[in-house]
Amino acid sequence: MKTTDLRGKTAIVGVGLGGLPSAPERSSMEIQTEAVHRALADAGLKPGDVDGLFTGSSHAFMPALSTAEYLGIRPKISDTTMIGGSSFIGHLLPATMALQYGLCDVALICYGSNQGSGFGKLKSMSEPQTYEAPYDPRHPITSYALAAARHMHQFGTRREDLAEVAVAARRWAQLNPLAFARDDLTIEQVMAARMVNDPLSTLDCCLVTDGGGALVLVRSERAKDFPKPPVYMLGTAMAHWHRQISGMPDLTVTAAAESGPRAFAMAGLAPADVDVVELYDAFTINTILFLEDLGFCAKGEGGAFVRNGRIAPGGSLAVNTNGGGLSCCHPGMYGIFLLIEAVQQLRGEAGARQVDNTHIALCHGNGGVLSSQVTALLGDASTL
Amino acid sequence: MLQQCDDCKKYVFYPRVLCPHCGSPKLSWQPASGQGTVYSTTVVRRKPEQGGDYNVALVDLHEGPRMMSRVDGISPHEVAIGMAVCAKIIDEPKKGKLLIFTPAQGGAA
Repeated sequence: MKTTDLRGKTAIVGVGLGGLPSAPERSSMEIQTEAVHRALADAGLKPGDVDGLFTGSSHAFMPALSTAEYLGIRPKISDTTMIGGSSFIGHLLPATMALQYGLCDVALICYGSNQGSGFGKLKSMSEPQTYEAPYDPRHPITSYALAAARHMHQFGTRREDLAEVAVAARRWAQLNPLAFARDDLTIEQVMAARMVNDPLSTLDCCLVTDGGGALVLVRSERAKDFPKPPVYMLGTAMAHWHRQISGMPDLTVTAAAESGPRAFAMAGLAPADVDVVELYDAFTINTILFLEDLGFCAKGEGGAFVRNGRIAPGGSLAVNTNGGGLSCCHPGMYGIFLLIEAVQQLRGEAGARQVDNTHIALCHGNGGVLSSQVTALLGDASTL
Repeated sequence: MLQQCDDCKKYVFYPRVLCPHCGSPKLSWQPASGQGTVYSTTVVRRKPEQGGDYNVALVDLHEGPRMMSRVDGISPHEVAIGMAVCAKIIDEPKKGKLLIFTPAQGGAA
C-alpha cells in the first residue's frame, strides 16, 4: 500500500459558495446551508444523497451533529478534525479514504460563518496559550508579525514586497464580482496604512467577512455521471510542527516545506507543472512564505519573486485568483474557498479572472499561527 | 529555573512531564543563566490613552529553548533582532510575577 494509490481516485463533482460578499441578518448555519444547497444542485444531488460529512466550525462544539440535523441527513461517517483554517483542505484525506473503502458514497465538505456581520471583528475561539498570554500578544496578528519581522531581518524582504502581495490580491479581486474588497489599491496606500503590529499594517491583514463554501466528492469511477466536468484529487498531504508561535522551530520555514513535497510526490507532479496557485493569505507574509516552502522560488527569495506584478493578473504565475483572504473573503476560516476557486478555474468557470489552459491547480491551507499546513493538488480529466 | 532532561540533557520550555526531544519522563529543574538573544520582535500598536505601544518578543535562551516575552527598559521600537538580553522577574499589576527581559550590558550577543 502506498500513498500514490490515492492519486485521482476521488473527484469533486459539485461546489457552492454562500453568503458572499456579505450576509447580514443570517446565521452561520444559514450561510453554510446556502453553499451546501448550491454544491448539491451543481452535482445534481439532494441532501439525502450525502452519507459522509466533513465539516468544522469556529463556534460549534459538535458541528457535524448540528450540520447533519439541520440538513436532515444521516451520515455513515463524519469527521471534524480541527486544525484551524486548513481543516477543509485536510478533510480531503479522510473523505478520500472513506470513499475508497466504501464507508460512504457521497462526501460533503462544508463550512459557513457570519463572522463579518455577526461579530464584526477578528475573533477566535482559540484558547489563550498559557505561556504567551501574559505578554498580551494580539491573536493572531502578533505571531504573523514576528514571522514577517524575522523574514525581513534574515533575507532583506521589504515592506514593499508585502504590499505587492496585497496589491496583487486586490487586482484579482477586481475581476471577481463576489469579492468583498474591490476598490483600487496601490503599494503606497498599503505602506501608508495604519500600523497594527510592526511590520504589518491593516492592509497586510486578511478581511473579516461572512461566507460559506461546500464541496461534493465521489469515487472517480462514477464522476463522469454528474453534470459538471469532474475535478480530481491528485495529491494531498498535511504537516504540523507547532501550536503557538513560540513553538515554531524557524519562523521563516513553515511545515508547508514538508506537506508540499509529499503532496507533489503523491500527485507525481512538480511546481513547474502547476497552472494556478491558491495560497492561504491570512497575512501578506503568508504568500511569500508558501511560495518559498512549496518550491515556486528559493527560500528567502519570495519577496523578490512577487515584485513587479508577477503574481497579479497578467503576471507569470497566477496566485490567489479569487482575490484571496486579503481581498475576496475571510470568514474566520478560509481553506474551503481555496478549493472552490481551484475547481472553478479547472472547469473554466471563473469568468473575467479565468486563467487560460488551466489543468492543474495547487491549493495550500494554513491554520493556527503558521501551525498546520495542508497542500492539495487538483487536476482536470487530462491529468489522470 | 529551567527544566532539563536527565537523559538527553536538552533544556525544555515550557515545562512538561515528558521530554519533547527524546520522550523521557526524567525531567529536573536546573538554575538558568537568564541570558538570551532576541529572535524576533514586534511593536503592538495601542492608543496612548490605553497605555501606548508595547513590545512582544521571542527570546532564544542561552540554554536553547525559545519563549515569548517582552524587552523592557528601552522603547518598544528600539528592540532589535539579535539583541542580547537578560531575564528579570517583575511584579506586574493584575498579573503577579512576570518574566521579562532587559538589554544586557555590552550590546549584541
